[in-house]
Amino acid sequence: MIDNKLIELVGITKRYNGSTVIDDLNLYIRENEFLTLLGPSGCGKTTTLRIIGGFESPDEGKVLFGGKDITKLPPNERQLNTVFQKYALFTHMTIAENIAFGLKIKKKSKQYIKDKIKYALKLVNLDGYENRMPDSLSGGQQQRIAIARAIVNEPKVLLLDEPLGALDLKLRQDMQYELIRLKNELGITFVYVTHDQEEALTMSDTIMVMNQGYIQQIGSPEDIYNEPENAFVADFIGESNILSATMVKDRLVNILGVNFTCVDEGFGQNTPVDVVIRPEDIDLVDPEDGVLTGHVTSLIFKGVHYEMEVMAGGFEWLVHSTDMAPVGSKVGIRVDPFDIQIMHKPESEDEAVSAKGPEAW
Amino acid sequence: MKRKSTFLLSTPYGLWMLGFTIIPLVMILYYGLTGRNGGFTLENIRLIATEENLKALWLSIRLSLLSTLLCLLVAYPLAMILRNTKFKNSRFMVMLFIMPMWMNSLLRIIAWQNILERRGVLNTLLELLHLPALNIINSPAAIVLGMVYDFLPFMVLPLYNTLVKIDENVINAAHDLGANNFYTFTKIIFPLSMPGVISGITMVFVPSLTTFVISDILGGSKVLLIGNIIEQQFQKLNNWHSGSGLSLVLMVFVLISMALVGKYDKGEGSAGVW
Repeated sequence: MIDNKLIELVGITKRYNGSTVIDDLNLYIRENEFLTLLGPSGCGKTTTLRIIGGFESPDEGKVLFGGKDITKLPPNERQLNTVFQKYALFTHMTIAENIAFGLKIKKKSKQYIKDKIKYALKLVNLDGYENRMPDSLSGGQQQRIAIARAIVNEPKVLLLDEPLGALDLKLRQDMQYELIRLKNELGITFVYVTHDQEEALTMSDTIMVMNQGYIQQIGSPEDIYNEPENAFVADFIGESNILSATMVKDRLVNILGVNFTCVDEGFGQNTPVDVVIRPEDIDLVDPEDGVLTGHVTSLIFKGVHYEMEVMAGGFEWLVHSTDMAPVGSKVGIRVDPFDIQIMHKPESEDEAVSAKGPEAW
Repeated sequence: MKRKSTFLLSTPYGLWMLGFTIIPLVMILYYGLTGRNGGFTLENIRLIATEENLKALWLSIRLSLLSTLLCLLVAYPLAMILRNTKFKNSRFMVMLFIMPMWMNSLLRIIAWQNILERRGVLNTLLELLHLPALNIINSPAAIVLGMVYDFLPFMVLPLYNTLVKIDENVINAAHDLGANNFYTFTKIIFPLSMPGVISGITMVFVPSLTTFVISDILGGSKVLLIGNIIEQQFQKLNNWHSGSGLSLVLMVFVLISMALVGKYDKGEGSAGVW
C-alpha cells in the first residue's frame, strides 16, 4: 500500500442543536485504502462521511484533499462520488440516463458516454440494462447501478454510506465480495460507513471504530479484533467476555480471584484493568485441569459451533466451542496467555458510557 | 365470499355515483341533445358558435390559463420553501396556507369585492396615502385575482405533497455527480414533481374554467365567462336545453385539456385526482 495521505480531517467538530456529534476528530485516509467507519447508529460515522462528501460543513476543523483545503467546496466541485443508502437513483430516468448524468454535466462526447455506460454496466455485471427503469430492478441491482453511476466519473475516492444496509443477508455477502473486486479493479480509495462489524472485518484495509463522536480505535481488522483498545471496541466487534481484573504484575493478571498468566507488560503492579477474552478462546477442560471450575447453564447449537454459558467464579462466561458439554455438567476453564487481552480502565466519562456498548442506544 | 363483501362495500358509493353523477350526466346529455318539443337536435350545441358565446368561451380559457400559470408561479416556490423548512411544524405552515379554504368560498369572494370596489378598502387606503385609485373591479384582472386567491391552495397541496416525498439523497446525488442548483432543479426536482404539477394544474384550471360565482361577483355584469352564460340559460332564461348543450361543449373542452396535460405525465403515480 502506498503511504500517501489523500484525505485529511483536522480537528473536525460538528454540533446539532447544541449536542456535539463529532468532537475534534483527526483522521487521514491513504490513497488506495479501503477505510471503514464503524460504529453504532448515532456515533457520528455518517456525519463524518457527509463532511468528506461536502453535504455537511463542520463547525470547526478542516478537510484537506491532496493537501488542499476543500472545507468550503460544495459537493459538485469535489473529486469524489458517493453511493447513498437506499441507492438514490433518479427514478424518472433510464439506467443509461442515470449513469450518464455526471458525464453529461462534464460535457463528455456522446461516444465517450456510450462507451462508459457499457463499461460500467459490465463492471457491475448488468450488461444490457441500459433502457430499463430503476423501479424494475431489484434492490441489489439498483445498488450496483448506484455504484456504476458514481464510478463512471472516475472519482479518486468513492464514499459509500451503508450501501448494503437494505439488502438481505445472502445478497449482502455477495455484494461484499463484489465491492472488494471492484475496488481492486478500479484502484481507487473507498471510504465505507457501516454498523455491521462483520462487513467491516471482511472488506476493510483499515477500520475506524467510532462511538459518541469519538474515535475509539483505528487499525487493521486483525488489530481491532485481536487487540481491542477498550471495552467498547471489544464489545462492539464480535462477542466477548469483558471483566474487571487486577494486573498483579507483568505477565500475571488476577481475574475473579484467580491468577492467569498473560503476555502483557507495563501496566504496573496491582493496577485495575479491563480484560477481554473472546468466547472462542476459552477452552473447556476436565474440572481438575481448569484454572476455574463451573457448570454449564445453557447450550445452543449455532451450526459451526456450540454456544455455551458457563457459570464460574461468579461470572457467566460465554464460550464458543465445537465440543459440546451438556447443561448442568461440571467443567474447567482454561485460557491461553496470548488470548487474554488487557485494557486500561476508561479514563473519561465518555469512554465509561461507551463501555456499556451499543445497547445503550 | 370475497367478491360478495367487495360488492357490499361498494354499494353505498355505487348508489351515490348512480344518483349524483351518472343520472345527472345522462340528463344533461338528454337535455343538451333535444329541443323544447322533445325531438333530437344539435341546435343547443351549435349555440356555442354565436359571437357572444365564443367570446365568453375564449375569455374563460384565457383567464383560466392565466390564473393556473399564476398559481403555479406562486405555489411552486412556496412549496419548495415548505419542503426545505426543517421546522418540525412545517405541517402547521402548510395548514396556514390551507386555512382560507375553511371559510365559505362565496364569503371570500365577497370580501375581495369589498376590497376592490371603487370606494372599497383598497382605494380608501390608497387615498389615505395620496396614491391614485385602482379600478380593477368588474374587470378580467379582478376575476383572475379571485381565481388565484380561491384556488391557490389546490395548487400548493399537491405540489408540496410530491416535493416532500423526494428523497433528500436523490438531490444530494445530483449535486454529488456535479450538478449545480439550477441543473438539479431542472433535471431532477422539477421532473420528479410532475405528478404534483399535473394535479395542481387540473385542480386549478378546471374550476377556473367553469366558475360563474367569481366572475359574477368580481366581474359585475360586464365580464361574461362561459360559466355565466350557462348559468343565465338555466336561471334567467329557464332554458335547460341550451344550458345543457353549452355544458356539454365545456365538458369536451375540459376533457381535451386534461388529455393534453396528461400526455406530459408519464403515467406513474399520478398524485392527484385523475
